[in-house]
Amino acid sequence: MVELKVTRRSAFEGLHAIGVSGKVSATPSALATRFSFRGDHEAAQRASKAFGVTLPLALLKAETNGTRTAISLGPDEWLLIAEDGAAQLLADEIEKALGTHFHSLVDISHRNTGFDVSGAEAATFLATGNPLDLHISAFPVGMATRTIFSKAEIVLWRKSADTFHVEIWRSFLPFMWGLLEEAAHEL
Amino acid sequence: MLLIPCPYCGERPELEFRYAGEAHVARPADPMKTTDEEWAEYLYFRSNPKGIHIERWRHISGCARFFNCVRDTVSDKILKTYKAGEPRVDLKQFEKGAN
Ligand SMILES: [Zn+2]
Repeated sequence: MVELKVTRRSAFEGLHAIGVSGKVSATPSALATRFSFRGDHEAAQRASKAFGVTLPLALLKAETNGTRTAISLGPDEWLLIAEDGAAQLLADEIEKALGTHFHSLVDISHRNTGFDVSGAEAATFLATGNPLDLHISAFPVGMATRTIFSKAEIVLWRKSADTFHVEIWRSFLPFMWGLLEEAAHEL
Repeated sequence: MLLIPCPYCGERPELEFRYAGEAHVARPADPMKTTDEEWAEYLYFRSNPKGIHIERWRHISGCARFFNCVRDTVSDKILKTYKAGEPRVDLKQFEKGAN
């Protein structure tokens, strides 16, 4: 009999810390549960009750409440982030709330990883690889969107004036991290 | 960098988009009833104009929606974008004041 021993390794293992004193730092987020949720507005409203955070119906918005965050990526697509280990419980609750109402719920907890970029120069730092206008007037607190960093697809969410959360596929992380390390030298 | 107005997200950098060919090319409702020529026409033949063209784009690294775009292939100027499923726009409005 084959004995399976699976351990979860952080995508940040082996990466150097990034920080420029007084300007910017990048901090890996705790392990998390993540879902890709697709459905119409009715589905989103039902899922909101089960999830404990309102899934924003307006585009490019993040709603957050403690460990749980819902980000509207498209007109029928949301990224749900919750505390680690909640996948089964949440899936059950959301399935119960939705019943036969058409939707899709996919566990992407291990596909994504995330980190926060914070500091007075956070926007400038991210602008080294992201083509969006990250000025607070164009990308206000609470705004979130799928976008790119150099060639890697990311989700960017402005948590506060000088803190952004980045969600990225874990296999793309070393690529983005390397670029950020370079950018940190130039700040 | 070109800014493309996504009908869902607003103006966004072109790097977030993928081109997806000519718009409003309808698949024959019953492919078994088409002749080889009609099927080839549907599969391979496109208008490829020098000038105003209606084409599909996808905001792949954004909202991920497909949408339609009216673009002048000479100047690369984008004249209008609208959601997939909306009726084909009348090109006459652009021909007068296009250049
Ligand atoms: Zn869009």
